Amino acid sequence: MDARRREVLKTGGGVLALAAAAGIIRPGEALAQEWNKAAFETKSVAETVKALGGSGSTPSSAIEITAPDIAENGAVVPIAVESKLPRTQALAILIEKNPNTLSADFEIPAGTDPFVSTRVKMGETSNVYALVIADGKYFHAVKEIKVTIGGCGG
Amino acid sequence: MRIDRVLAGVLAATLPCLSPAQQDTQKEIERYRQMLQESNPAELYEARGEELWKTRRGPRNASLERCDLGLGPGVVKGAYVRLPRYFADTGRVQDLESRLATCMVTLQGFTPEEARRKPFSGTGAPMITTDPFSGVGQRSVMTDLVAWIASESRGMTIAPSVSHPKERLAYQAGERLFYYRAGPYDFGCVTCHGEEGKRIRLQNLPKMTNAKDAQRAFGTWPGYRVSEGELRSMQWRMWECVRQMRFPELEFASDASIALITYLAKQAEGGTFDAPAIKR
Amino acid sequence: MADPMRIRANMTGDKVEVKVLMAHEMETGLRRDAGGNAIPAHFIRNVSVTYGGKTVLSAQWGTSVSRNPFLHFRFNGGKPGEKVMITWLDNKGEKRTDEAVIAGGG
Repeated sequence: MDARRREVLKTGGGVLALAAAAGIIRPGEALAQEWNKAAFETKSVAETVKALGGSGSTPSSAIEITAPDIAENGAVVPIAVESKLPRTQALAILIEKNPNTLSADFEIPAGTDPFVSTRVKMGETSNVYALVIADGKYFHAVKEIKVTIGGCGG
Repeated sequence: MRIDRVLAGVLAATLPCLSPAQQDTQKEIERYRQMLQESNPAELYEARGEELWKTRRGPRNASLERCDLGLGPGVVKGAYVRLPRYFADTGRVQDLESRLATCMVTLQGFTPEEARRKPFSGTGAPMITTDPFSGVGQRSVMTDLVAWIASESRGMTIAPSVSHPKERLAYQAGERLFYYRAGPYDFGCVTCHGEEGKRIRLQNLPKMTNAKDAQRAFGTWPGYRVSEGELRSMQWRMWECVRQMRFPELEFASDASIALITYLAKQAEGGTFDAPAIKR
Repeated sequence: MADPMRIRANMTGDKVEVKVLMAHEMETGLRRDAGGNAIPAHFIRNVSVTYGGKTVLSAQWGTSVSRNPFLHFRFNGGKPGEKVMITWLDNKGEKRTDEAVIAGGG
C-alpha cells in the first residue's frame, strides 16, 4: 500500500493532509477522497496484489480466515480475518472468482487489532484470499468457500 | 420456472436418512446460519419503523401513536403476539398489517388504496419480478413499521385470541385454505407443510400441524432475507407461498390472507416469539 | 437522506469492540430490474472510524460487500463514555456520519 500512498501524495493527498492538519477539513473527509479504483477493477489475485502495491505475496499460517465452508446464499457470506503477523498495516479480502477480485481493503493503524469481520457477496464457489501487509511485506491465507446459490445475480 | 424447481425439490425431498456427506453439509449450513445471527440488518428496519410510528404523515398530518393494535391506543409492547384478533371498530379480524392500514386511514387520513400501496419493500431481485409492489431500492413504510412493532414482542409467548365468533370463523377459514389444493399443479399449503421431513433445496419445511415446527416458523417472521437483502413480513410470506403455488394472487391484507395467518398463529400458540429473525 | 447506522461499541477487557450495521443498497451495477434495464452501481467506497480525533480504522470497499453492510473490529485505548464516530461515503457522493457512546464492560 506504500505505492498507493505515494500515488495519493503525488495527486494531491499531500494537500488534503495539510488541509486536515490545519483543521480546514475533518480527517474523515480527507481520507474519503482515497479510493483505489484500479485495485477494485482487477480480475485476478495477482493483479490485485500488484494494484495494492505488492509484487507478490507469501502464504502465511499466521493469518486466520474464519468463514463457513459452505454458504447457503452467496449474497451474504460472513468472513473474518485475523493476522498474527507483527506490524500488520492492512488486511484485504479477495474473492478469486468474483467479477472483480478485490472486495474490501482495511487499513489498520497502530492500536487497532489486526482483525476485521464483515459480510461479502460471492457469485459462485471460490477461493477467498486474506491478503495482509505486515512490516511492508505481503502475505496471504486462502480458504475455499462453497456457495449453494450465487449472490451476484440477486 | 421457479415452480418446477419447487416441485422437483419437494418431490425429491423425502430423505429419511442422510448420507454422511449430506450430514456434514447440513452441519456447515447450520454453522453458516449461526454466523449470521450475530448481527441482523432487520435492526435498520426496526429503527426506521420506530421513527415512522412517531412521524406525522398523511392528509391529517398525524402520527400513528394513537393506533390501537388490540391492547389499547398506542400500546405496541406485546401487541404482535396477540394478533390477529377481532376489532370492534372495523368489525373484522385483523393481523398487524391490515390493522396498520386501518390506522393509516383513520388517523392519518390516507385513502385505503394509499395505505396499502407498496406494502412490501422491494429490491428488484429476479425472484420477485412479478411482485407488483416492489421495485429497485424502494422502501416500504408498512414493512418498516412491522419490523419495529414485531420487535416489541420479542421473547413473549405467542397467544392469539380465538374467543370471538369471528376469530373462530377466521381460524376455520384459514384451516380450510391450508388444506385446499388447486391450481395447475394441484398444490396447497399442505403439500409442502403437511408432512415431516420435506424440504426445498436446503430448506427444511415446517410441518404446520406440528406445534414445535409452527412455533418456530411463526415465531421467526417477519425476517430479514439475506437472499433478497430485504425484511419480509408475514403478509409477504403468505403472498409468496401462494404465488409459488401458482394460485391467483393473494390480495394484501385480504380476509383470506388474515385467515391463513390466524390459523398459523393458533398452531404456534404457546411458542416464544423471536422476530424479526435473519433468514437464508 | 441516508438512514442512520446501528453502532454498538462495548468495552471487552481493555479493548473497544465495535459492531456496526449500515443501511445501504450496495448495488453491484451488474443486475437488471424487472424491465431489463441495468441497475446502476451504488455502493459505499470509504468507511472511516475515529476515536478522539484519531482514525482507528479506515476501509475501501468494492461492490461485493453485502447489502446493508456489517463491520466488526476492535481497538485499544478507548474509554467508556467516550464516543466513536463512523463515516461512510458512497460512489454517488452520499455520506453519513453517526456516533456511539462506548458502553462499559460486557
